Amino acid sequence: MMARKTAGFDWLTILIYFLLVCFGWANIYSASLGSDPSVSYFDLNEPYGKQALWIALSVFLIVIILAIEAKFYQRFSSIIYITALILLAGLFVFGKTISGATSWYAIGSFRLQPSEFAKIATALALAKYVSDIQTNIKLFSHQFKAFIIIALPALLIVPQPDPGSAMVYAAFFFPLYREGISALYLVLALTGVMIFVGTLLLGPIWVTAAVIILAALSLLLKKKKRPGIPLLVFIVATCIGLSFSVNYIFNNVFEQRHRDRFNIVLGKEVDSRGIGYNTNQSEIAIGSGGWTGKGWTEGTQTKGHFVPEQHTDYIFSTVGEEWGFVGSGLVVLLFISLLLRLIFLAERQKSQFNRIYGYSVVGIIFLHFMVNIGMVIGIFPTVGIPLPFFSYGGSGLWGFTILLFIFIRLDSDRLSF
Amino acid sequence: MRRILLYIIILTTGFIFLGRLFYLQVVDDSFAVRSNDNAVKVVYDYPQRGYIYDRDGELMVSNQPSYDVMVIPRNLKPFDTTELCEIVSLERKELERRLDKAKIYSPFLPSVIVPQLTKSEYAFLQEKMRNYEGFYIQKRSLRDYHVDHSANVLGFIAEVSPATIKNNPYYTSGDLIGRKGVESVYEDTLRGIKGVKYIQKDKLNRDIGPYKDGIYDTLPERGKDITISVDSDLQAYGEYLMTNKRGGIIAIEPSSGEILSMVTAPTYDPADLVGRKRSPNFSKMWLDSTARPLYDRSILAQYPPGSPFKTMNALIALQEGVVDTDDTFSCHHGYSYGRGRKMGCHAHASPLAMTQGIAQSCNSYFAQVYRKIIEKYPTPQEGMDVWNKHVRSFGLGDYLGNDLSTGRPGKIPTSEYYNKIYDYPTYRWYATATLSNAIGQGEVLLTPIQLANMTATIANRGWYYTPHMIKKIDGKPIKDERFIKKHHTTIDPENFDPVIEGMHQVYKNGTASSLQVEGIEIAGKTGTAENFVRVNGKRMQLTDHSIFVAFAPVDDPKIAIAVFVENGYWGGRYGGKIASLMIEKYLKGKITRTDLEDFIMDPKNSLEDEYEKPYSGEPFLINDGKKNGWL
Repeated sequence: MMARKTAGFDWLTILIYFLLVCFGWANIYSASLGSDPSVSYFDLNEPYGKQALWIALSVFLIVIILAIEAKFYQRFSSIIYITALILLAGLFVFGKTISGATSWYAIGSFRLQPSEFAKIATALALAKYVSDIQTNIKLFSHQFKAFIIIALPALLIVPQPDPGSAMVYAAFFFPLYREGISALYLVLALTGVMIFVGTLLLGPIWVTAAVIILAALSLLLKKKKRPGIPLLVFIVATCIGLSFSVNYIFNNVFEQRHRDRFNIVLGKEVDSRGIGYNTNQSEIAIGSGGWTGKGWTEGTQTKGHFVPEQHTDYIFSTVGEEWGFVGSGLVVLLFISLLLRLIFLAERQKSQFNRIYGYSVVGIIFLHFMVNIGMVIGIFPTVGIPLPFFSYGGSGLWGFTILLFIFIRLDSDRLSF
Repeated sequence: MRRILLYIIILTTGFIFLGRLFYLQVVDDSFAVRSNDNAVKVVYDYPQRGYIYDRDGELMVSNQPSYDVMVIPRNLKPFDTTELCEIVSLERKELERRLDKAKIYSPFLPSVIVPQLTKSEYAFLQEKMRNYEGFYIQKRSLRDYHVDHSANVLGFIAEVSPATIKNNPYYTSGDLIGRKGVESVYEDTLRGIKGVKYIQKDKLNRDIGPYKDGIYDTLPERGKDITISVDSDLQAYGEYLMTNKRGGIIAIEPSSGEILSMVTAPTYDPADLVGRKRSPNFSKMWLDSTARPLYDRSILAQYPPGSPFKTMNALIALQEGVVDTDDTFSCHHGYSYGRGRKMGCHAHASPLAMTQGIAQSCNSYFAQVYRKIIEKYPTPQEGMDVWNKHVRSFGLGDYLGNDLSTGRPGKIPTSEYYNKIYDYPTYRWYATATLSNAIGQGEVLLTPIQLANMTATIANRGWYYTPHMIKKIDGKPIKDERFIKKHHTTIDPENFDPVIEGMHQVYKNGTASSLQVEGIEIAGKTGTAENFVRVNGKRMQLTDHSIFVAFAPVDDPKIAIAVFVENGYWGGRYGGKIASLMIEKYLKGKITRTDLEDFIMDPKNSLEDEYEKPYSGEPFLINDGKKNGWL
């Protein structure tokens, strides 16, 4: 066997990972603590006890992942991907329904949520396809194939129903953009979002007016690089059409609960008893934390269990209440540091596969981070996805652990060419 | 660009999150309050309100338990509205209105829905309480009155107003607070301090133990008992004598400034303002705009003092040295001054010196004395201001600074006042223009308590303590600066002797000679004051007010008293009789002049018909069938 150069593992990333996981557990403990103090931190009947077990098992997982030959992940990515698709499809037959979503396999008391693992499989498959020597991502047909790889698992997840987890697949725009697809996709997507939000806030008439004024301005200002008049007319017409159809869809196709979620965030409705209850209670919990918080296990909102799903999707509200601005700011900074570190690691990869996978990891973690905390602090609609490394849940923790540590393994192997 | 786009997006998101967190946690502090609304329940432990005793230690006011129906709107479940309305005898609409109000106040905090249930209502409701989730019963204590008088002295307790809750953090919705009388003035002393318990709740509003192990909890502190200076028996007797009359009586112990009785008429039984009867009874009395039972005439009504004020002018004249006690002035059924104007007087011997001038209440005597006071100085303005200074030194013309919940300053005119009304210096005015002041009419206005204080000051020969109601707090004599500091008048003590002698003569052979009481030397002064009323824009003169001041015994004054009886005609007719009876009651403890009492209490001598006159719409006769004039 030829001796292989190894760069070692990125201990900074590993450190941040453990900081987040441990701080997360402390908050899960507080949020799921009953009114009578428990005898043991590791009571397996309580969420914090189970989470401690998952954390212990993920250390075991990490060792395995780091021990496996780095090339294995590239080589077996297609098989992993297909397995993931089968597992997702299998839910339609064997899935167990919990709170309305058929997202779990249940084997005894052990439950597995395949969508948490499908992200990894998709990231591997996408990296493998795009890094293939025969793929030119600038070609539309290849872009379309990449899109299919991303869309298949997402389409299997939507009808569970778990639109939040499906939405995360938008994260794959980032690696694709890094590899060269047109920014136009992002511009189109952002324009779409702006028209969507603008229509909900102001109504289609104002959006139409704004679009026409912008078009007129672009004609006046950009004399040299002026787009052809027919194209401009087409864009304007599309935007206006989109605005009116958004208006129609929002009012006639969306169900009331969907409308409510958007209206709460846009501040159009204040309904702190009904649908707005979660966001309202979570804001109260965070807001009452002040600079340094009420202290671990001392949060009155947390103790009174006012925030629903506080140990899962709303775990960040516990951080805010009990650790204050200092604690919640630290968590935000830890996530930002992790993400920036991961981009740095991705950029230093010589292998395109590694880089694409790295960007996928950054994109997925970032999207979870943005949507989850945005929701908890009331600037994003209610979308039920967990906060990576923090939220209670074995599948989620393992999913993110595997996702991250495969990249750490790949990074440690970046010099082996 | 491709490399940095993600950096930019991540950093921007980070900044937005940190900014939003900073806003939520550091800038906007409303969340902390809302969090406590949510998660911490505050339970109050109300202490016993202090008792009120009279000067002899007789218990006037204690407490009785009462039960309020409270609601926490957020915990409400649908319930049988009709049944609840029936139990607590409430209209359905009214119940809904109160529930809405409670929701607006706070969905999390308790509000009162039905205050002060009776014991039987409570017994019945208690059985059914479990059917009404979100409602509970809070025990409080209400006042229990052992006397059926002194309503204006004691005041009452009622729920705090939203304005008070806003301004004073001690109070929360449904708390009781003293209104009027000693209940309001000594609120802080009587109420004690309520205890607070903070209880941690969960989202279903279940108690899950004390908040922070009870470190913020406090124990209630019982209210302090107070002893007031009022003599319960005298007060009761005064109110009895004022039946069917309107006006006020104030009796003061001159040596201490303590108010022995403070009677206003008409009045009410203090028990009428307890519990659920309070609201309807209060509205009824509030809306009675002619009799005004809630209006304390003894401290609020500003009357022309009439002839008792002549003693003041006598004192000032002696102090200013403008008359001697032997100087006599003639009276020809009055006093004529310039351009055919004449101040009338009644038939009596003439000429008169000071003692008999007071005893016979000669208008002419005092008109001339008053002129001498004002005309002593080069200008009437200077004269007027010297006069004003003397009068004010008796505590007149301004608030007394006492411990009563309300009061009026009265009116003592100044030169500035006359300059204004006569448009000086365009037009000049002279002493004669202000001549009514000589006999306590015209621009002079006093409240009964001010007149009583003036009388006490004369009794003391030149000084007074600010009249007050409090005697002891928690069994200990008061040390209030305001009430243990002597106020000296500008009149020398020796100048009081002739005036007191004149007042003594009033009883001996003057206008009150028929009101003597066996064994008590009384000094007094009658008063009869013209008065006017405006009904539907028409100014009309009514029957004169009957006024009387007195103190006794002359040599060692124990009681000084002022009596106003509205439209009672001349001073001796009602005021004098009531004053004599009150003095006898206080000094002897029993009544020998039962003839006076019989007259006062005779239904034929009720003044109600007199009070009806201006509202009858018919022409009416004033000072009916009797001769006119000042006594």
